[in-house]
Amino acid sequence: MLLEARKVTKRFGGVVALSDLDLQVEEQTIHSIIGPNGAGKTTFFNCVTGFLVPDEGEILLDSQPITGLRPDQIARLGIARTYQTIRLFRFLTVLDNVLIGLHPHVHYGILDAVIRSRRYHRSERAAAREARELLRYLGLAGKEFVVANNLSYGDQRRLEIARALALRPRLLLLDEPTAGMNPYETGQMITLIRRLRDERGMTILLIEHDMKVVMNISDLVTVLDFGEKIAEGKPAEVQANPLVIEAYLGRGAASGLGTIAAQAPRDESMPNASS
Amino acid sequence: MRRALTFGLIGSIVAWHLSLVGLVAAFAERWLIGQSLTFSYVVLLALILLVGYLTARRVSDWTGLAGAALAGLVVGLALWILALIVTEVNLRDAFVAASPSLAQILTFDRGVSVPSLAILLLIGAATGLIGGGIAWIPATGRRIVIGALSVTVLVGLLRDVLGPVLPPFLMRFLFSPGGGLSLPGAVIVLGLAIAIPVMRSGLRMQRVRQKGVLPARVLRRRRLALRALGVVFFVSFPLWAKLFLSNVADFVGLYILMGLGLNLVLGFAGLLDLGYVAFFAIGAYSMAVLTSPELGAFTLGFWTALPIAVAITVFSGILIGLPVLRMRGDYLAIATLGFGEIVRLLVLSDWLKPHLGGAQGVTRIARPVLGPFVIDRPQEYYYLILIGCGLGWFLSVRLRDSRIGRAWMAIREDEDVAQAMGINRVTAKLLAFATGASMGGLSGALFASLVNSVIPQSFSLLVSINVVALLVLGGIGSLPGVLVGALALVGLPELLREFQEYRLLVYGAVLIAMMIFRPAGLWPEETRVRELEEAAEEARETARTGVVAASQDGV
Amino acid sequence: MVIAWAIGSLLLLLVLVGSYRTLAAGHYTGGQWFDFVVFGLAQGGIYALIALGYTMVYGVLRMINFAHGEVFMSGAFSAFFLANALARRGFLASNPVLSLLVLMAFAALVSMTIAVILERVAYRPLRGAPRLVPLITAVGASFFLQYTFRGLFGSGVRVYPTVPLLEGAIFGIQTKLIVVFLGALATLGILWAFLTFTRTGLAIRAVAEDMEAAALMGVDVNRAISSTFAVGGAMAGVAGVLYALVFAQVQFFMGFLPGIKAFTSAVLGGIGNLPGAALGGLVLGLVESVGPSLFLDGLGIPAAHQLKDVIAFTILVLILIFRPTGILGERLGSRV
Ligand SMILES: Nc1ncnc2c1ncn2[C@@H]1O[C@H](COP(=O)(O)OP(=O)(O)O)[C@@H](O)[C@H]1O
Ligand SMILES: [Mg+2]
Repeated sequence: MLLEARKVTKRFGGVVALSDLDLQVEEQTIHSIIGPNGAGKTTFFNCVTGFLVPDEGEILLDSQPITGLRPDQIARLGIARTYQTIRLFRFLTVLDNVLIGLHPHVHYGILDAVIRSRRYHRSERAAAREARELLRYLGLAGKEFVVANNLSYGDQRRLEIARALALRPRLLLLDEPTAGMNPYETGQMITLIRRLRDERGMTILLIEHDMKVVMNISDLVTVLDFGEKIAEGKPAEVQANPLVIEAYLGRGAASGLGTIAAQAPRDESMPNASS
Repeated sequence: MRRALTFGLIGSIVAWHLSLVGLVAAFAERWLIGQSLTFSYVVLLALILLVGYLTARRVSDWTGLAGAALAGLVVGLALWILALIVTEVNLRDAFVAASPSLAQILTFDRGVSVPSLAILLLIGAATGLIGGGIAWIPATGRRIVIGALSVTVLVGLLRDVLGPVLPPFLMRFLFSPGGGLSLPGAVIVLGLAIAIPVMRSGLRMQRVRQKGVLPARVLRRRRLALRALGVVFFVSFPLWAKLFLSNVADFVGLYILMGLGLNLVLGFAGLLDLGYVAFFAIGAYSMAVLTSPELGAFTLGFWTALPIAVAITVFSGILIGLPVLRMRGDYLAIATLGFGEIVRLLVLSDWLKPHLGGAQGVTRIARPVLGPFVIDRPQEYYYLILIGCGLGWFLSVRLRDSRIGRAWMAIREDEDVAQAMGINRVTAKLLAFATGASMGGLSGALFASLVNSVIPQSFSLLVSINVVALLVLGGIGSLPGVLVGALALVGLPELLREFQEYRLLVYGAVLIAMMIFRPAGLWPEETRVRELEEAAEEARETARTGVVAASQDGV
Repeated sequence: MVIAWAIGSLLLLLVLVGSYRTLAAGHYTGGQWFDFVVFGLAQGGIYALIALGYTMVYGVLRMINFAHGEVFMSGAFSAFFLANALARRGFLASNPVLSLLVLMAFAALVSMTIAVILERVAYRPLRGAPRLVPLITAVGASFFLQYTFRGLFGSGVRVYPTVPLLEGAIFGIQTKLIVVFLGALATLGILWAFLTFTRTGLAIRAVAEDMEAAALMGVDVNRAISSTFAVGGAMAGVAGVLYALVFAQVQFFMGFLPGIKAFTSAVLGGIGNLPGAALGGLVLGLVESVGPSLFLDGLGIPAAHQLKDVIAFTILVLILIFRPTGILGERLGSRV
């Protein structure tokens, strides 16, 4: 068990964003979290990464509690994330973005920086090499010195993942990575996520609205509604679960789960219905 | 038409403002060219030029020019009316500058009469027209023309400063004996100021045409040559600059050092410290307490006291930093301002007088001794300050281009995300605060020794504002910007005595205007340009629609 | 944080020890304490009025209008000329109440105009820019206004004419302090009524609550923001006249300290929170008036009154560190 959440509860004033949530993420799996908008998915990410402290319950990484740690401490323990709305360092170059992600892995002190010791040069060179490698891996080679803000939308999403990977995380949290992407880009993203698991042995916790993606790549799916877990299982099981269908249907739109969404608009509260 | 009237009216308001705060009258004695053009008129003419330029900008047909002339005419009329009011009504009880002499200046000594009205209208319209004409020149040419005019004005203003520096025959030729440039001098300066950039851009074009881009080797060699030239200039400065200039250079240097320090905090890490003077004060007072026999606590030598003073400042930087660094940006600004004031009030108080000298301050602060040699003249301090600035610059560059600098920039851009990247924001910010403090402290310690005394009045909020303003002018985060800012905001007013009165008025205007029209500063660093231009664009957009862009989801 | 708490506790301890020793020593008579309190309340009322301008603008724009102290100064300063004219014609002596009302209205008008122009020229072009940008602009505006006034009217201190009616005392309390305090209360009441019952007031509150939603509901956001500055400016103008009644003089730099202190009051009460700003003002005024004698005398600090501003700034820093949401809690709409 890489990540484990035990009875995590988070309230905002009167709103219970997460209530008694139990969740377990197996090593080297792709674990999806789905649920209508406002179900508490992003809040859960924020709790895991330390930006919010749960009101109750605890979160463990490798059986070690991480609740109450600072975000940077948690990041150094090997949890990296991307954001639902892209949050790059928009005015820095692509390379700098990734180098900042490498921050915990570049080891030298102030003195080294000031006198430019051998250690400084070695670390900086190694970091630059690793950053370029990551950029190549994500298909961003050749764009090192482009300002992040000037990248295409898909490239920005990829850069955000590259920056997260630079932390060398064991657990990667992706918050709606295909939001706003066209079918072709979505396909690429699916391949990428799979490769991260298969080639890099990474564990991925994925929030996703696009059912095609979810059904396609998840090893396990957890469904949240009003901060509660209402179902969990293999994609096919979840798809057939009447509770799940109701949670989605209950929101008033006539759509089924498992129908293929060509493109999930960003603020859609539900998977798109088509056909 | 309406546009012209609007701009003319705005220009008139500004002209009235300039006249009534006394700026126009203050410069009436400052001859610029022969004894025919004073700086007062230059200011007003520049204003009308600007009005004409703005009126004609983005209007591509002749109506633009006509509008520019009309706008200039309006300003001319406004000035005449002001002269009329000032002559007819006694406003001096309230408006101290509303004197008959102001009317004399505004009407070219002709009194408030029909001829003076005609002259003012004519000059207004003509100048407005020229301003409009400037708008029609293509951008590169415009930059050259504006640059050349400014340079000419500057040379004229700096006559007294150049006097001791330039060879006498050149002085006699360029400047008229009564003051200001001589007519041939003005023509030559203006000509040179136009010819040099024109030739340079011509040369560059030619070279580029021949070889495509300049080869890296040439560029490197040129950069080296420039650096060598810079070093020679700075090192030889006190040799040819006389006492007065060295004095000014010392002050500019101290501000550059402070600017570099605050730049680490504000420019790199994005923390607005409005109480930066606290570090300057702590450095200075540490030096005073450690060395002055007056207080009798310690009587260390300069060289022993200097590192201790810097260490004390760094320590206080950490002490002040620890509690304030968690605050949101604007609260941090006010909290640091509070700290700055607390420091000043404490050194001023009778309570701490036995230890810090109270309102009278402390004198007899140690001079640096090098072997048999005592450093006590501004020309000698210059080198000390130069070394300090060099050190500050070096440290800034090295830190900027390291993981530490990247961490600062990450925090500046997005604190949450920076943390998610494993950056400990408290240590990173503290480091910025402490390094920034060290430069402020060093500057303060040098200052205390240079002027040989400290008094609480030297450490007011105005120092902090000074430093912020010079950063803003040069470009927040930009190292060359610190230089430019310090020269313009500290150097110029020191050189132009009349300016002193209006220094803070100008600072205020600079802060506002820069933030609105050129947030990246005069000599920006690349990243900040992108960022601020974007933000300005967005801001303009929201100001139009009146809605702030939707905030982010999550975190 | 541990260090911060340690410093905080230490200061609290010092305050308690100092107060105990002062009271035990019996340096001051009951009458003196009473005077301190009355003066503190009057001063606090002035802070409260200025603080409202800070807090309202912060509520709407999330920006510290650093130049608000100068808005206050401009009202006080301009009213000086009117007051002088009235005094010379004997009107101030013969019709003191009407004169005071006229003075306040005039100061309010001037301050209001300056605040609105300030917003239009300096802040509106920067709306939505990163937080520090408008703050730097505001600092610039503050100095620009200060030195404009200095240039226009000189750097000397101008002495306000006295109002004979206010020179006496009622029940041993200086009349002018009573008038100032009641004047401040009355102005607060008018503000409350304005915000509660008028359409403009409603628009201001709506924009403070949620600018986007307000815009969608058809509120003219630009107008609402202008009105916020106008109202805040007017209050500052009234405060300027009240201040002049107490201290009887004006000077171009006079806005700085009351400005910072009023901001402290606003944060003390919880920024964005209108009753909070009023309360914060009164509390700060009291502490500042009573504090030096109460806390510091007992500690054996000579000339403790010199440190009254240190107390105010210390409160500012402490509040920002330990309780940035203030006494009554900050009230900011759904952004940030
Ligand atoms: N910082 C916050 N403050 C107040 N309420 C919040 C905050 N973050 C999330 N919420 C509320 O918590 C609930 C869950 O939100 P979120 O986790 O973003 O949902 P999801 O990501 O599943 O769409 C929503 O009702 C939202 O309004
Ligand atoms: Mg979400």
